[in-house]
Amino acid sequence: MEHRVVITGIGLYSCLGENTNIVLDSLRNGKSGIIYDQSRKEFGYRSCLTGFVPEPDLKPFLSRRERIGMHEPAMFAYMSTREAMAQAKLDVDFLEKTETGIIFGNDSTAGAVINTIDKVRERKDTALIGSGDIFQNMNCTVNMNLSTIYKLKGINMSLSAACASGSHAIGMGYLLIKQGLQDRVICGGAQEINLYAMASFDGLGAFSINQEDPTKASRPFDKDRDGLVPSGGSATVIIESLDSALKRNVPILGEIVGYGFSSNGDHISNPNFDGQFRSLNMALKQADIDPSAVDYVNAHATSTPVGDTTEAQAIHSVFGGKVPVSSTKSMTGHECWMAGASEIAYSLLMMQNDFIAPNINFANPDEDSAKINIVPEYKEQNIDCFLSNSFGFGGTNSSLIIKKFIK
Amino acid sequence: MNRAEIIETTKRFLSEEFEVDIVAIQAESNMHKTLDLDSLDYVDLVVVIEENLGFKPTSDDFKSVQTFNEFYDLAEHKLAMA
Repeated sequence: MEHRVVITGIGLYSCLGENTNIVLDSLRNGKSGIIYDQSRKEFGYRSCLTGFVPEPDLKPFLSRRERIGMHEPAMFAYMSTREAMAQAKLDVDFLEKTETGIIFGNDSTAGAVINTIDKVRERKDTALIGSGDIFQNMNCTVNMNLSTIYKLKGINMSLSAACASGSHAIGMGYLLIKQGLQDRVICGGAQEINLYAMASFDGLGAFSINQEDPTKASRPFDKDRDGLVPSGGSATVIIESLDSALKRNVPILGEIVGYGFSSNGDHISNPNFDGQFRSLNMALKQADIDPSAVDYVNAHATSTPVGDTTEAQAIHSVFGGKVPVSSTKSMTGHECWMAGASEIAYSLLMMQNDFIAPNINFANPDEDSAKINIVPEYKEQNIDCFLSNSFGFGGTNSSLIIKKFIK
Repeated sequence: MNRAEIIETTKRFLSEEFEVDIVAIQAESNMHKTLDLDSLDYVDLVVVIEENLGFKPTSDDFKSVQTFNEFYDLAEHKLAMA
C-alpha cells in the first residue's frame, strides 16, 4: 500500500531572515540577503560577495554537551529544525516514543575541519583537539547532532549530492514514507558560510564579481549575469504520512506528489539539458499530472551564464512559455547544499500566501530566458501546484512537485 | 603558580568549561560528580587543564583523583616537577 506524503512543518535560518515570518516578508518585498565580505578580499577570494547569516547563540536552548559537537551546518540546522518542530507540533517526549527519522542534505564541513587541523598544527598533539571536533568534522554532523538532541528513533543519515542535497533529502524521505517504511522524516539542507567553505569554488571563477552593489549581483536569467553568489544557512521540511498527520491533527502545508531525479553521466561541472529534461519529466510522470497543472516553477537558476541557459531550455521544452518561473536565488544567492530544501520552504510560503516571489535583477532576457515566463516583480497569484528544481556538480538532478493539500 | 592561584584558576576554567556554578567547586567535593563527567568530557578536561595550568594529566591521574583538593595536590606536584 502506498501512502500519501504531506508537509507539516517548515523552518528557515536564511540570509532572508532567521525565521519563516521574516523570510516571508523578504520574499514579498524582493529583498536581497547578499553582502560584501571584506575578509574574503584579504583571504584571497576573487569575489567577496556572499549571503550572510549570523552564528546563533544556542546556549539558551542546549547543554554544553549538546553544543560542543556543532559547527555552522549543525547550528544553523538546529535553528531551522527548532522552528519546524514547533509548527509540526513535535517535541522530544513524542519523538522518543515514536519512529521519526532524519535525512539532512549537507556536503561539507570545511570550516570545522580546518579549525581542527589548525589546532593540531599548532599544538602537535591530537589529545589537545577536544571531544567535540570529530562530531563537527564529519559530513553527517547535522543528523548526528539533531538525532541525539531530539531522541530520534527512525532513519538517521545525511545525504550528499552537491547543490541538490536538500532536494534529494526531501525526495528520499518522501519515498520512505510513501512505501510505509517511516511515518515521519525530518528533512532539510544545511550550508556553512565561513571563509573556508567556498574558497575552492571561488577559485573556479564561477562567482559574480559585480561587487559595486551586492544586491544586484545575483541575477538569474538576466542577459548580464556574470556568475553565482554563494550563500548558506539551513532549511527544515518535516514530512509525514497523511495518516500520521491526520491522527496528530496538525495543519497540513502541502502534499508531495512527485520526485524526479537523474544523473547527467557527463561533465563534472557543466549542466546538461538531457539530464534536467529527464528529471522534470520523471517528476511529472510520478505526480501523474499534465505540465499545464503546474502553476509555478521555482528554478534552480544560479545566475551562471551556462547553467541558466540550459535550465531555461529544459523548462521551455517541458512546460512551454506560459508557466510563471522565478529563481529565489536572485535574493538569497546560491544556498548550495541547503538550496533544494529552502526553495521548497520559500515556495510553500508563496503557495500559502498566494503570491510569486520576484526573480529580482531580471532586467533583460537572453535568447533562451526570453522564451519562458520569468516573473521579475512580486505577483499575486494562486498556486495549487509548484515544481522546484535542484541541480548539482557531478550531474545530479532533482525535481520535486508539491500540491496544495485536498482531502 | 602557587596553590592559591591554582585553586582560583581551576575554579574559573572548570566552571566556564563545564557550566557548573563556581560555588559547587568545593575542596572536598567529588570532582567527577560535581562536573558530571562522561567519557568524552575527560578529553575536554585534559585540554582545559593543559591550556590553563600547563600540564597534561593522564587517565591514571584522573583515576587517582577524587576530590578537588586531590586535584590541587596533583597540579601542585606536576607543576613543581615541570
